[in-house]
Amino acid sequence: MRATAIASAGTPQLAAPRLDVWRWIETAAAWLFGLVWIAPLLYAVWAAIHPTGYATSFALFAPLTLENFVTAWNAAPFARYFLNTFVLVTMILAAQFVLCTLAAFVFARAGFRGANVLFALVLVQLMITPDVLLVENYRSMSTLGLVDTIVAIGLPYMASAFGIFLLRQTFKQVPLELEEAARVEGCGTMAILLRVYVPLARPTYLAYGLVSVSFHWNNFLWPLVITNSVETRPLTVGLAVFATLDQGIDWAIISAATLMTSAPLLVGFLLFQRQFVQSFMRAGIK
Amino acid sequence: MPRRTTIHAWLMLTPALVLLFGFTHYPAVATLWHSLFTTPRGGRPARFVGIENYAYLFEDPVFIQALWNNAIYAFATIPLSIAIALAMALWVNGRIAGRTALRMAYFTPTVLPMIAVANLWLFFYTPDYGLLDQATALLFGWGPTNWIGSRETALGAMIAVAVWKEAGFFMIFYLAALQAIPPSLYEAAAIEGASRARVFWRVTLPLLGPTTLFILVNAVINAFRLVDHIIVMTRGGPDNATALLLTYIYELGFRFWDTASASALTMILLALLAATAAFQFLVLERRTHYR
Repeated sequence: MRATAIASAGTPQLAAPRLDVWRWIETAAAWLFGLVWIAPLLYAVWAAIHPTGYATSFALFAPLTLENFVTAWNAAPFARYFLNTFVLVTMILAAQFVLCTLAAFVFARAGFRGANVLFALVLVQLMITPDVLLVENYRSMSTLGLVDTIVAIGLPYMASAFGIFLLRQTFKQVPLELEEAARVEGCGTMAILLRVYVPLARPTYLAYGLVSVSFHWNNFLWPLVITNSVETRPLTVGLAVFATLDQGIDWAIISAATLMTSAPLLVGFLLFQRQFVQSFMRAGIK
Repeated sequence: MPRRTTIHAWLMLTPALVLLFGFTHYPAVATLWHSLFTTPRGGRPARFVGIENYAYLFEDPVFIQALWNNAIYAFATIPLSIAIALAMALWVNGRIAGRTALRMAYFTPTVLPMIAVANLWLFFYTPDYGLLDQATALLFGWGPTNWIGSRETALGAMIAVAVWKEAGFFMIFYLAALQAIPPSLYEAAAIEGASRARVFWRVTLPLLGPTTLFILVNAVINAFRLVDHIIVMTRGGPDNATALLLTYIYELGFRFWDTASASALTMILLALLAATAAFQFLVLERRTHYR
């Protein structure tokens, strides 16, 4: 800290040295927030890797164990829940990529009459998200005979206004000359989309993919409403069912189950931290 | 535009539009329609009742409480999460010790499922044994507090979880905006001899305006839909102290199967969201030019 302060004393951005006390206070505050923000996770790790008795008392040399994970894994059909979530997330992402790419391409390039009105109607979904329309969407799903299926969890999210918006912005930045060159080479509309636009939008797909996967991995309310069996429940609903079943609240086992269900995203986040953060940034900048 | 291309365009749009209209626009209109009828029960078909469902709703003390709670929830989570997000972004954008670790710590709640988060915080809030009570006992010598079990503290406890979950997410957008500010502006301010506080108020904050408005709209939407933790931790209790509009919709629609009241309540929530959208369209789009 001190070294950096001295090293950068010559740069114009740095405030006068008399503000050093302020900087120390700020650093302390930043770390305090960091501690509070990470504490629940650390606490869960602590509880999960020690025997039940140590969940609420801290001893530095408490014995370590993986027993809690085994118990949690066997106490509920987590393997099935993992499979369901995996199928759900993959299905939604694939459908979103296809549907949003096609729609975004039209909105970016084809200036037919009424396109602006249609696009405005698409954007309505940014405000009125499917989770607010639970009651009516449930009614539609039962009319379609889809209640308690994985498809029903995904359907309302597949045509994503956010995805269409994001890809449209990216497609608009593709130089028209590239498209014309491809047309001269004899490419049809689909070939132009697949060979020119999609490859150039790869960073946007990555960004949108990460945001979409983490959103649907974590989504809860709609899956809770529309599913009612082990065969369709995603992890979040399975975890909620597991944690509320009155089997005597054993924090160690609940922590283990909680960590297990968030592990894939957490590990992914730790490995691809930079991409994750940049993806969320990219997704947020209009 | 040639005719064939227009047909292509419609073919490419149709799948997305069908799903979008089917699960956003149709249900919104159907909600309005169904909110004007009674709930069909056991052979009795739905009967047109006009605005009766709305009238009942406004006589329902739980609804009034949920509306009130949601207002408190919104007015607490929105400014708190935005202010904390801004502070975090300024910290990890500047020269602070361990900024990579800090940035990770701040962002972690964003990738954790809200349900997992709820379990962890339940843990935190447990009377006597929980970390919060252990900390307050150590620091202030307080006795055990039933944070989520008593009317006075339950809503506050839910607000804390929401702010904790949101702040790191909003920080990312501020961070992106901060990194886009040209350094020459700061150099100019330094030449003028401006103090750090002055630079923040006169240079940084105005340039963050568009980002703040973008985050604000997201925070408002979240104030109505970020309820997963409430459903798991308190189910709207104790005594409806943490009931919000969306948790009450869930309660009415899927616990009591009173779909007529749930539809009327959904309409009220849609009206609030539409007002937010109108605000964004009329005010924000005029003032911000960041496309």
